[in-house]
Amino acid sequence: MNNLRSIRKDWDLIESLIKDNSRILDIGCGEGDLIQQLEKNLTAKVHGIEKSRELALKGIAKGLNVTHGDAEKDLLQYSNHSFDYVILSQTLQAMIKPKKILKELLRIGSKAIVSFPNFGHWKIRLQLLFNGKMPITEGLPYSWYDTPNIHFFTLKDFQNLCSEMNIVIENSIGLTNKGKQFSINGSLLPANIITNEAIFLLSYKDFEPIKLKSTNKIFNKNSAIVN
Amino acid sequence: MSNIELINDKNLDCSFAIFKDANLTLESGSILKNFKLAYKTFGSINKNKSNAILVCHALTGDQYVSGHNPITGKDGWWSRMVGPNKPIDTNKFFVICSNVLGGCAGSTGPKETKENEQNIYGRDFPSVTIKDIVNAQVKLLDALEIDQLFSVVGGSMGAMQALQWSIDFPNRVQSIIHIAGALKHSAQNIAFHEVGRQAIMNDPNWHKGNYTENNAIPERGLSVARMIAHITYLSEDAMHRKFGRKLQSRDIISFGFDADFQIESYLRYQGRSFVERFDANSYLYLTRAMDYFDHSESYRKTLEFVNNQKNNIKYLVISFTSDWLFPTKENKEIVEILNSLSRNVSFLEIDTDKGHDSFLLDEPELDYVIKGFFNSNYGKINE
Repeated sequence: MNNLRSIRKDWDLIESLIKDNSRILDIGCGEGDLIQQLEKNLTAKVHGIEKSRELALKGIAKGLNVTHGDAEKDLLQYSNHSFDYVILSQTLQAMIKPKKILKELLRIGSKAIVSFPNFGHWKIRLQLLFNGKMPITEGLPYSWYDTPNIHFFTLKDFQNLCSEMNIVIENSIGLTNKGKQFSINGSLLPANIITNEAIFLLSYKDFEPIKLKSTNKIFNKNSAIVN
Repeated sequence: MSNIELINDKNLDCSFAIFKDANLTLESGSILKNFKLAYKTFGSINKNKSNAILVCHALTGDQYVSGHNPITGKDGWWSRMVGPNKPIDTNKFFVICSNVLGGCAGSTGPKETKENEQNIYGRDFPSVTIKDIVNAQVKLLDALEIDQLFSVVGGSMGAMQALQWSIDFPNRVQSIIHIAGALKHSAQNIAFHEVGRQAIMNDPNWHKGNYTENNAIPERGLSVARMIAHITYLSEDAMHRKFGRKLQSRDIISFGFDADFQIESYLRYQGRSFVERFDANSYLYLTRAMDYFDHSESYRKTLEFVNNQKNNIKYLVISFTSDWLFPTKENKEIVEILNSLSRNVSFLEIDTDKGHDSFLLDEPELDYVIKGFFNSNYGKINE
C-alpha cells in the first residue's frame, strides 16, 4: 500500500484493462493520480470518491471530479450502470462490508476492476507458520492493532466469493512480490501462493443495462442495490 | 428596444449599468421598465473573453468584493479571496461583482427612486426572487458583451445565484463554485428570517415601509434582525471559543439588563453598525427572495431536460462542518443529484468551527481548493 512503484505498476495494469473514452469511477481515489493518468492516457471521463478531506482537496484542486465522501455510505448516489468501469484499488480489505461494496461496484459500473493484496502469498503463510504472529509485509505493512485492513482474504477466497455472487471474472492478473506479472488462470505455479497482489476485471453474466436502469434511485435509498 | 448606458461613479468608486426600456419581467409578473445595477470589475478581460468570473454576494453584501468599500470605509467583503495573487487572482481573471436587484448599495431596490418620479419605491418595490436577480445579472453581462463566464462563484445567497445560473443559463457558464448553499431554503431558515422581518415591521419607525417619507429609520427592528441573523452565521463552538461567558467591561454581573456578557455587547455592536449600512426594506425583500428559493422538486428534471443534456458545467460544492444554517446534508443533496446524472461535480466538506460565515473567514483549505479549481480548470478548458 505504501509502495509507490508497486502501486504504479498496479495502475498501469488497471489502465491496460480499460478501453479508450470510457466513463470511470475510482473509489478511494486518493488525490486522484490514477484517474488523472486515465483521463490523460485514455481520454476517459473520470470521477473519484475519497474519504480523506486532505486527499479529496488535492484531487479537486487538480481539476478532477472528486466527491469527498465515504464509499460505505455514499455510493447510493451513483445511478445504475452510469460508469463503464468502477475501480476499487487496494481498498476492499479495508471495507466494513466488502461483499456489499462488490455488489455496488457492479451496480454502478458495467465492469469493475478490483485490486487487492493476497493474504495467501507464501511469505505471509511462512510468517504465520514460523513466527506464529500476524504477518507484516511490504504490501501489508501494519501491525494488527493499527491496520486499516480489517478483512484479510486470499486470492482463492475472492474467486470463491465471485462465483457465489455469480460474478464473471473476465480477466485476472497477478503480480509477484518482485513485481513480475502473470495471468492468474494460465499460471503453472499455484497462483494463490505466488500472487502478492491481484487485479481482477469483473462483470455480471447476464448484463441487461436498460432493465436495470432506475432514474429515481437516490430518492429511494432502500432499492439501490439491484442485480 | 432597450437602451443601455454604462457610467463610472467616482464618488461611489463603482460603475452603473442603466437599463432603460429593458422591461425586465419578474417572477411575480411585475415588470421593471427601467432599472440599474451598481457593479465593480477587477482585472482585465482577455482577448477571447474567456476569463470572466462573476462573484455573487450574500444577503448583506455588495459590489465591493475587493479593494476599499467607500460606504463602510473598510476592505471589500471578500478582499482576502479576490485580488492580485489572491486565490481568485485578478492578474489572471476578470472579476465582476454587482449589487443584487433589490439591494441597497446602488442597484435598483426599495430605497431608490421610482421611474420618472421623485419618490422612492419603499414598499411599492415589486417582489424579487433569486431568478430575477440572476436575470438582471445576465443583462449586465450582455451589456459588458461577455457571452460566457468562466465561472460563477458565491456563498450562501451567492451560492443560490450560482446554482440559478447553472439552471437557467447553462450555456453561459463553464463552471460554478457553490459554497454553503442548498437546493431550497429550509423551514428553519425561513423561520429565522421571519423573526427578523417581524422585528423590523414591528418597529414603530417602520411606518409600513414608508419610513423615509416620515424621516425615520426602523433602527431597532433592523438591528434586532441583524443580531438574530448573526447568531445563525456562527456556531456554538466558535461562540464559546470567542466569548464564552466572559463579562464585558466589568468584573461582576450587574443584576440588570445591561450587556453584562461580551457576547451581548458583540451582538449589540453588530446590530448597531448594520443599521448604518443597510436598508430595512431591502432586508425584507432579500430575505424573502431567499425564502422563495426552492429547486428541491425541479432540479433533477431541469438537469435532465433535453436542452441541458450536453451540460458540461464543472460544479464545485463546498460545505462547512459547523454550518447549521446551510448544513453539509443540504449541500450534498445537490451533489447527489449531479452524481446520479454523472455530471462533472466535485464536493468538499471543510472542517471548521466557524459556522456558516466560514466562507468569508480565514480558511486555508477554502483558499487552496478555490485557487486549484480555477487554475486547473481554466487550463483544461482553454488549452
